[in-house]
Amino acid sequence: MKSTRKLVIVFGILLGLGACGLRPYIFHGTLIQSPDPVPDFTLLGHMGQMVSLNDFRGQLVVLYFGYTVCPDVCPTTLAELRRAREVLGQSADQVQVLMITVDPERDTAEVLADYVTHFDPTFIGLTGTPDEIAAVATYYGVFYERREEEDSALGYLVDHTATQMVIDQEGHLKVVYPFGTSAEDIAADLEYMITH
Amino acid sequence: MRIFSGSRIFLLLSITALLAVVSCQAVPAGPQIVYRDVWGPTSPKSVANGAVYLVIENKGSEADRLIGASSPVAETVELHEHFNEDGVMKMRPMDGLDIPAKGTRMLKPGGYHIMLIGLLEPLEAGNTISVTLMFEKSGEIALEAEIREL
Repeated sequence: MKSTRKLVIVFGILLGLGACGLRPYIFHGTLIQSPDPVPDFTLLGHMGQMVSLNDFRGQLVVLYFGYTVCPDVCPTTLAELRRAREVLGQSADQVQVLMITVDPERDTAEVLADYVTHFDPTFIGLTGTPDEIAAVATYYGVFYERREEEDSALGYLVDHTATQMVIDQEGHLKVVYPFGTSAEDIAADLEYMITH
Repeated sequence: MRIFSGSRIFLLLSITALLAVVSCQAVPAGPQIVYRDVWGPTSPKSVANGAVYLVIENKGSEADRLIGASSPVAETVELHEHFNEDGVMKMRPMDGLDIPAKGTRMLKPGGYHIMLIGLLEPLEAGNTISVTLMFEKSGEIALEAEIREL
């Protein structure tokens, strides 16, 4: 009787531990289960070279849409992504950050080159014609709109969706993060995607 | 005797009046602006814009309003706010920012900020820049912002 009780307790503990190990990983952003890889795109990279999304198959790509005149939200996001790579340490070379400008008129390859590398020398800035950029942004559900601001010396501002998207090693859109997601949370997810 | 008592009353009145003046000075009416954590992020060389953030506190009993700012390092300085509308980040210039009595306003990334437009030189880590804030009632307040990595 006594040994049966012991057995039940041991079994219960094992069951508990097992369930613990089987608990699915919870991502810090919105998990997307895209059945097919996302379509490829090719835009002008900040070094003057053509860059395609498919160049980074086998790596994780973090995609961000922003613009360099944006003094606040874009630098904050890029600084968090730099910190996320710092948290990853060695694994960071499995992660490529791409920033696509929503202000191609002002953001030439030269401007982007200085801007993105200010945050991290591995970041790549992408520009193109307004139509090329619109096509990519529309696919990812990224909204952006130029607003004339007569009251500002900036002339015009660009409202834009400030999400960050992760495309996994096989080209599937995997996670979307809202503005303000911490470097630690993003790094934890990237680490999970690298090791699983 | 009557004269003496009269001067006594006068003395008492004088002391009371003096006390009233002193206590009045201890708790002044109107806004009382204090600030802390004044900083700005470093700027990429190709970008001619920057931002300054700080915490503004009004310890006074009357509201005030931040109505402008200037800095020798930028051609134009504006007040802007960022707000999140269904995931879309929008930035707008503002006429001013109310600082309520006994209230605190945080100017921070992703929210209110002082925007430096047309930087005369890039903002580099470790440097400090001068910024003058203009308040409706408190007038001009000069401060130094520390430049650091975002």
